[in-house]
This record gives sequence, structure tokens and C-alpha cells, in this order.
Amino acid sequence: MDLLKIGTRSFSSRLIIGTGKYKSFEETRQAISNSATEIVTVAIRRTNLGQHKAEENLLDFIDLNQTTLLPNTAGCYTAEEAVRTLRLARELLDGHDLVKLEVLGDAQTLFPNVSETLIAAKQLVEDGFQVMVYTSDDPIIAKQLEDLGCVAIMPLASLIGSGMGILNPWNLGIIIENASVPVIVDAGVGTASDATLAMELGCDAVLMNTAIAAAKSPLLMAKAMKNAVKAGRDAFMAGRMPKKLYTASPSSPASGLLPQTSKKLG
Amino acid sequence: MITAHINGISKKIEFGTTISDLINKLNITNKKIALEVNEEIIPRSQFDTRMLEDGDQIEIVTAVGGG
Repeated sequence: MDLLKIGTRSFSSRLIIGTGKYKSFEETRQAISNSATEIVTVAIRRTNLGQHKAEENLLDFIDLNQTTLLPNTAGCYTAEEAVRTLRLARELLDGHDLVKLEVLGDAQTLFPNVSETLIAAKQLVEDGFQVMVYTSDDPIIAKQLEDLGCVAIMPLASLIGSGMGILNPWNLGIIIENASVPVIVDAGVGTASDATLAMELGCDAVLMNTAIAAAKSPLLMAKAMKNAVKAGRDAFMAGRMPKKLYTASPSSPASGLLPQTSKKLG
Repeated sequence: MITAHINGISKKIEFGTTISDLINKLNITNKKIALEVNEEIIPRSQFDTRMLEDGDQIEIVTAVGGG
């Protein structure tokens, strides 16, 4: 069984999806189902005061027996805010310790602030969290985060929500080569081929939100992503053939061809 | 009456109000919440006994959709 091991947990799906930007909680539920994901991210926000008794709650639409929640720190710009948010998340989810850390550096690009991320990661690991960490595709920072005890390194493929795909497969390759914890592409996937490429590069999983939620049909894209991640993983495990430059290699036998004919056409 | 600041909104509440009382009063039926008073997390087990004080800064959070 080809399991994804993150910290103390194991998963059979290698697709992690976010729960933001869907039209309704029902659509979120169906997208989760179609994607066959086992991990979904959630954000932590102030509750609405004076809510109606019948107001729906996202968590009522997620089967918590089959799905692991991954609370994130989206929207945090300092290590302090991020740590505070995840401590609240742990309380909220009855001691749940698997979390996604992201500390942003800039509201325009949502690029990670890696120095704040390192500070937060250190504190969270000390607090006993299992930290999956969003970072840039800088191999040195990735290694430092791993050395601090993060259980998964999650470099961006391109900017959050941009759908620009994998802009620097070479950096991702270096990170994958050096890491002994799972490397998960987080952010930037736009369509199925991006997810497949990430998996073919040797990523252990792919995390996405907007690629599914902002597709014309999120439910069909959820299914496409499930298949894309699976195809990419299978191809990676199978080991691709070597590339041959400028020289073809026939797929059909070279022997047993018909003899030259004496008849001319036309 | 005392004044507490709940998710950034100032509210007058009666002296002797516990966190559980406050949650009922605010009509928060969502069981999945976490709560801070003055940046200190209050475990659910203390909701019935912890009384609010004048000037308390209270944050009540829940999980929402996000990537």
C-alpha cells in the first residue's frame, strides 16, 4: 500500500484540498467527496455574533470520521498571530495537533514571510504541534524548516490562487531531493496537468483550493484532480523512460516487414 | 453592569456573567468554538465557572472555509 505518511498519521489520498471560495457548504461537501481527499484545510476566524439558530456551519458538512482537518493560519502576517491562531485551533478541535502554518509577507502576492515562518515553526514544534509548513521554493529555507521539526514542507508552485502552475520545477526538485519529510506543493496549481507534473517530479502530495473552487464546474474539477494526482504518482512510481534527443526509437518490430514491391502506385 | 469587548464589539453585560451565560446570550449554538479572554485561552471545562470582568477582551473563533 502506497501510503502518505505525515508525522504520526497515514493517508491513502495524496490530494489535500482547501474549503474556501465554494458557492455553498453543500458544494464544498461534494467537492471533497469527488476529490477523494482525506485532508481538508480550514481557516480560523471570529464567529459572527448574533447568528441565527439555524445558521449552517462548515464542520457540519465534513465527515470527520473520514476527513482530517488541517487548520491553517491564512491571513496571519506575524509569527505571534500564527501561533495564537493555531493554539485556538487546537482548543477548538479538542487537542488536534496537525496544522498548516503559513505566515504571509505581502498582501499583493501573499508570498510567505520565511523569517517569521521559521520563528513560528520553532515555537509550534516546541508546543507539540505537527507542523505542515507553507514556504517559498527556496531549498535552504525548506531544509531549515525540516530541521526545526516540521512534518511536511509545502513550497508554493506559484502565487496562492494564481493558477499559474509550477514556475520553478528545478527548485522543487532540489527540495524533494534534500527532504526526508513529505514535500507537498501548496499553492499555484491551476489545472489537472499541474498536479500531475508536481507528482511526477516526486512531490508526495498536492494541496489546492482555488483550482477546484474557481473552476466552472468545481465538482468535475475535483474529480479531475483526484485522477491527475493519482496518474502523476503512478507515473513517478513507475519511473519514466529516459528521454532520447533527436533520435527516434520505433515501437513496432524492425523485423518481419514485407519485402519491397515491384509495383508502382499511380 | 460591566463592559466586555467581544470580537471587537463592546457589550454591556451583567455582573456575574459566566462564559457559558455569555455564549447563550449571544445565541452561539455552534459547539465548535474556541475562546480567549485577554489573549488567554479558556478551556471549555471552565466556561461554567469563569466570570467575566469589566474590560475583558474576549475573542470567540470557529473554523471557516479556507485554503
